[in-house]
Amino acid sequence: MSELSCKVLIIGGGPGGYVAAIRAGELGLDTVLVEDGRFGGTCLHVGCIPSKAIIHAADAVHALAEPAALAAIGVALAPPVLDYAKTVAWKDAIVARLSTGVGRLLDKAKVRTIRGRAALVDGKTAIAHSDTGDQRISCEHLVIATGSEPFKLAALPFGGDILSSTEALALTRVPGRLAVVGAGYIGMELGTAFAKLGAKVTIVEALPRILPLYDEELSLPVARRAADLGVDVRCGARALRFGEGALHLADADGEESAVAADKVLVAVGRRPRTAGFGLERLDLTMAGPFVRIDERCATSMRNVWAVGDVTGEPMLAHRAMAQGEMVAEIIAGRKCAFDHRAIPSVCFTDPEIVAVGLSPEAARAAHGEIVTGLFPFRANGRAMTKQDDEGFVRIVARNDNHVVLGVQAVGAGVSELSSGFALAIEMGARLEDVAGTIHAHPTQGEAFHEAALKALGHPLHI
Amino acid sequence: MGLRTIKMPDIGEGVAEAEIVEWHVGVGDLVQEDQPVAAVMTDKATVEIPTPVAGQVVALGGAVGDVLPVGSELIRIDAPGLPDSSPAPPPKGVAKAAAGARDARPAEAVAAAASRPAADEEPAARSDRTAPSPPAAARAAPRGAPRPPGEKPLASPAVRLKAREAGVDLRFVPGTGPAGRVTHDDLDAFIAHPPDAPGKGGGRARNMAVETVKIVGMRRRIAQAMAESSRRVAHFSYVEEVDVTALEELRAALNARATAERPRLTVLPFLMLAIVKAVADFPEVNAHFDDDNDLLTTYGAVHLGIATQTPAGLMVPVVRHVETLGLNEASREMRRVSEAARHGTALREELTGSTITLTSLGALGGIVSTPIVNRPEVAIVGVNRIVVKPIWRDGAFTPRKTMNLSSSFDHRVIDGHGAASFIQRVRALVEAPASLFIED
Repeated sequence: MSELSCKVLIIGGGPGGYVAAIRAGELGLDTVLVEDGRFGGTCLHVGCIPSKAIIHAADAVHALAEPAALAAIGVALAPPVLDYAKTVAWKDAIVARLSTGVGRLLDKAKVRTIRGRAALVDGKTAIAHSDTGDQRISCEHLVIATGSEPFKLAALPFGGDILSSTEALALTRVPGRLAVVGAGYIGMELGTAFAKLGAKVTIVEALPRILPLYDEELSLPVARRAADLGVDVRCGARALRFGEGALHLADADGEESAVAADKVLVAVGRRPRTAGFGLERLDLTMAGPFVRIDERCATSMRNVWAVGDVTGEPMLAHRAMAQGEMVAEIIAGRKCAFDHRAIPSVCFTDPEIVAVGLSPEAARAAHGEIVTGLFPFRANGRAMTKQDDEGFVRIVARNDNHVVLGVQAVGAGVSELSSGFALAIEMGARLEDVAGTIHAHPTQGEAFHEAALKALGHPLHI
Repeated sequence: MGLRTIKMPDIGEGVAEAEIVEWHVGVGDLVQEDQPVAAVMTDKATVEIPTPVAGQVVALGGAVGDVLPVGSELIRIDAPGLPDSSPAPPPKGVAKAAAGARDARPAEAVAAAASRPAADEEPAARSDRTAPSPPAAARAAPRGAPRPPGEKPLASPAVRLKAREAGVDLRFVPGTGPAGRVTHDDLDAFIAHPPDAPGKGGGRARNMAVETVKIVGMRRRIAQAMAESSRRVAHFSYVEEVDVTALEELRAALNARATAERPRLTVLPFLMLAIVKAVADFPEVNAHFDDDNDLLTTYGAVHLGIATQTPAGLMVPVVRHVETLGLNEASREMRRVSEAARHGTALREELTGSTITLTSLGALGGIVSTPIVNRPEVAIVGVNRIVVKPIWRDGAFTPRKTMNLSSSFDHRVIDGHGAASFIQRVRALVEAPASLFIED
């Protein structure tokens, strides 16, 4: 077994791990990254990026297949023809391009990369098993960035026609009938996309409504759109089993029914990847299923760090990246802490949902009296010209000093507004700061401005 | 116009001066005849001074806390239709009085000027004094909105990072931005001029609050009396443990039959009786020592001072002639005078003339105290808390209720042997409580 030593050893090449590696390399730290797949992790290969590619393709084909909307803007077309295999190839090309890009960035930062499966020996040593043989790597700092994997349901074991999001994104044909178990953001995003691609989609959710992590005001437009698309949403129902081309359900009263399905996508959440690579040998303090970290991403063992999904909710790539960058800086001797006021979250549903900071309910619980302002896209010119004026921007601020605590939005393309929302909150903006910023006309961002004005009691366009 | 000067009245009983503790009126106020204008305090009593004439207040003879001799000008009132009573023009007279007070106690006058904001009644003569420099706290945290405790400081990510790199906890940096946001300038200023001696408390904000109050009235009386006693009396303290098991049994039995007319008894009435009996054997502890004239006066009567915490501070109301009282009478009388002291209704004779003092902090009794002798008395007996202790008796440990008596004496006239003997007598009486009720 060959021996290798380094300053920083990173296990996992997803957004948390590869960003930590790039930054550590930039800072001149001798860094080794071990990844058994391709660089980019869940996000790049089976998550954010491929799903957005599929959603884009679905939106494109769906837009061309909406005769009424096209007719309204004076366009007449023959029904579009979808070559889904080509769509998937296009998606794979994007993924490959990005993954190669990550590899190049790692090279540029002089990070040594090892393709192989890591097994931890102790807090300073790991063995990387690869095709070219085993390597024993000793390090001063260990960064655990092993990510997460889809949560499994015992009643619906993955395999065959029962898919996780990973397999769903790898399908080369659009299934005729798709049943989706779980109406969280993954289930809603993919369910809606496949419906637009032509599948007959049924979404099953055990809780009383879709997107239960968002308030109902935000999830309602998504539920309405799903209904318009012919998606059969069954809330308050549990999936029992799949067999003979049907997914069997039980409703709240225990009444059973069956939904015909060629494929079943199980999207009931993700769980941290903490087993199978010797993590138990470190005997780290856990926080539930997650590795417990402090505000510096330090675990209970000195110089063992953890970033990304393995450390807890929210399991979001941008959180992992921020953590990875920070850990590299800390190892390089800089004093940092994960002290962000907000981590934006986006649902690429139709319409999209953005939530940054505190919801009205959480803000009230944390700060007592609050003010909110909601501006609907119905009154926004740009939204109308894009043929989609569903949704709104809502701003939440403290009543006493008007400091913005949260911004939520639902509507077409609102994911791009999330940066402005996050910046406002991170900079400690007050309602007056947002109201005092000129927002370009005509854009959907004007709704942010107007929401602040509304919260201050003097909206202009409503 | 008829300017009338109201003088500090002779409150009686040889009182030569009185302290102004409260003004009910200010310059320019209209007053009615017999309306109280000020409260003044002598050694033992607070007296409201009414005005004998109606009119408008022209000048006040002093500020709260000033001590004025009897007969000096207290207040000047413009009473229309009445002849002038004061030949001197008002401002000069007031200035003279104020200047005189300052000359007598320059340090105190400066302190008074520093601690009081300029107010209407502040004599104009004081305005020429340079303002004292503000306390250090005011300089250290000059600006910025106050942040409620526990609230995260508001700052941009760049400011947060810079603070971390500089080792600055943003919670201590005053923010001048909107909603108290800490700006780059705020942080730079803080780094350039860090407040002195950062605490090692690990993240708890320092409390910079400073409050200066003038010690007036009762508190000043207490301060003076305590300092005088401490300065003059050669204190020594003597602590003895007393087994109160039998006393507590007796007390419990009596209290089991307590009624509205005969309320529950504390330990104190028993001690009162014990002191009466012990004093009979050691009369030198029940005495006054006139150290100016080297005279020790012992008394047959036991006028027992009861140290009492009142809203205004420590007072010592007196139960007179305890030697004439039975247990319940002693209890009642003690309760009555301490209530009177607490409510400020105690008469002058109820606040003077004690010959020996008993002090108890009740539930806060502690294990030992070192009471200060209530001059001119020569002895004070302090009561500590009752505890159950294992006591070696007859070859075994038995749980006994014990209590310490912490007493202090004036060693100039009482020697250790006499003091100890007196306390041992008290102890013997308390330990065998039946003996309290036996005529010798």
